[in-house]
Amino acid sequence: MEHAVQEITFHHEPGGKEVVSKIIRTTVILSVITIIELGMGLGMYALPMAAGLKLFLKGVIVILSLAKAFYIVGVFMHLGEEVKNLIMTIVVPLLLFIWFIAAFLYEGNSWKNLRNTYNPKQAVSAPAAPHEAGEHH
Amino acid sequence: MATAQAHTETKWWSGGKSPFNVEYGKLMMWYFLMSDAFTFGAFLISYGTIRFSQNYWPDPNEVFNAFPLAGHANLPLAFVSLMTFILIVSSVTMVLAVHAGHNMDKKGVIKWMIWTVIGGIAFLACQAWEWTHLITGDHAVMINGQIENIGTTVTMNPWGPAANVAAHDGHHVGTPGPVAFGGYFFGITGFHGFHVASGVGINIVMLIMAINGTFERKGHYWMIEKAGLYWHFVDLVWVFVFLCFYLI
Repeated sequence: MEHAVQEITFHHEPGGKEVVSKIIRTTVILSVITIIELGMGLGMYALPMAAGLKLFLKGVIVILSLAKAFYIVGVFMHLGEEVKNLIMTIVVPLLLFIWFIAAFLYEGNSWKNLRNTYNPKQAVSAPAAPHEAGEHH
Repeated sequence: MATAQAHTETKWWSGGKSPFNVEYGKLMMWYFLMSDAFTFGAFLISYGTIRFSQNYWPDPNEVFNAFPLAGHANLPLAFVSLMTFILIVSSVTMVLAVHAGHNMDKKGVIKWMIWTVIGGIAFLACQAWEWTHLITGDHAVMINGQIENIGTTVTMNPWGPAANVAAHDGHHVGTPGPVAFGGYFFGITGFHGFHVASGVGINIVMLIMAINGTFERKGHYWMIEKAGLYWHFVDLVWVFVFLCFYLI
């Protein structure tokens, strides 16, 4: 106990009814976002639509999921109430994900394109050895 | 507001106080969760890479369209929506347990922890049903000129593009889908389910400790807070599993 007191300089006030109403508000937000996402997912299935519009809806769903993540981490996990130092040590390393996602999805797409345009006949005939006679020693 | 004022004026790094203003165990829980986020992120990004490298990928609305006791009714995404709401609700009951703990309300902690454990078990039960349905649910598929009935496993699945033939009973005949589909689905939802299962275990231990009055004697309910962080993380990961496997 003595040790723990030194680790926490400023204690959070326990909070009363306003905390519960914040939790309820966040629950409603999360549920509504999920229902919107489901509506879009089902819309892509049920309605005929152009590939571009589908891609756009998928992008919107991704952004809505990030909003859900923000509410879960910020309100339910109380990260928003922590000291800025702590928030930064958690959030800044996660920025690496931006690069990971961009690099790997680009890689996957390039892999598909290479496979689709690969021509085995061309690949076999291309490397013709120029000095075959000189190979014997 | 008084604490917010104090935060901005405090020189956190000048010594004599903890710069992160949290207890050691909670800080380490945060770092564990961050590393776990990278593990899940690596799995999901690997799934995305393979999916981007394929010319054809199954439509989740066609794969996940079953509901318990609904027979062959076409109900895309219905069951997984139920699972999502179960997990969101159990996350809410967990945050209410943490809140009760802040107010040293032993009865409240016990009540909300019981609901959280029930929610976790309900989610696992749903997942068990879903896996069973996918593995045992046969679909007619054209393989080497023969029509065979296969379910979804890590080595094969029936979710490829439709074949140009119809079975004698008029059902659709498909072709085998991308092999990676089953492996990634069972691997990632399984790893998430493992987290849910261990979370339920941790929550049961917390519940027993709360009933025994361990936290009351300690003078704080910080352990509930740490278990809560883990449980919310499980919910957070589900947001992205749900996104990557079912929605897009």
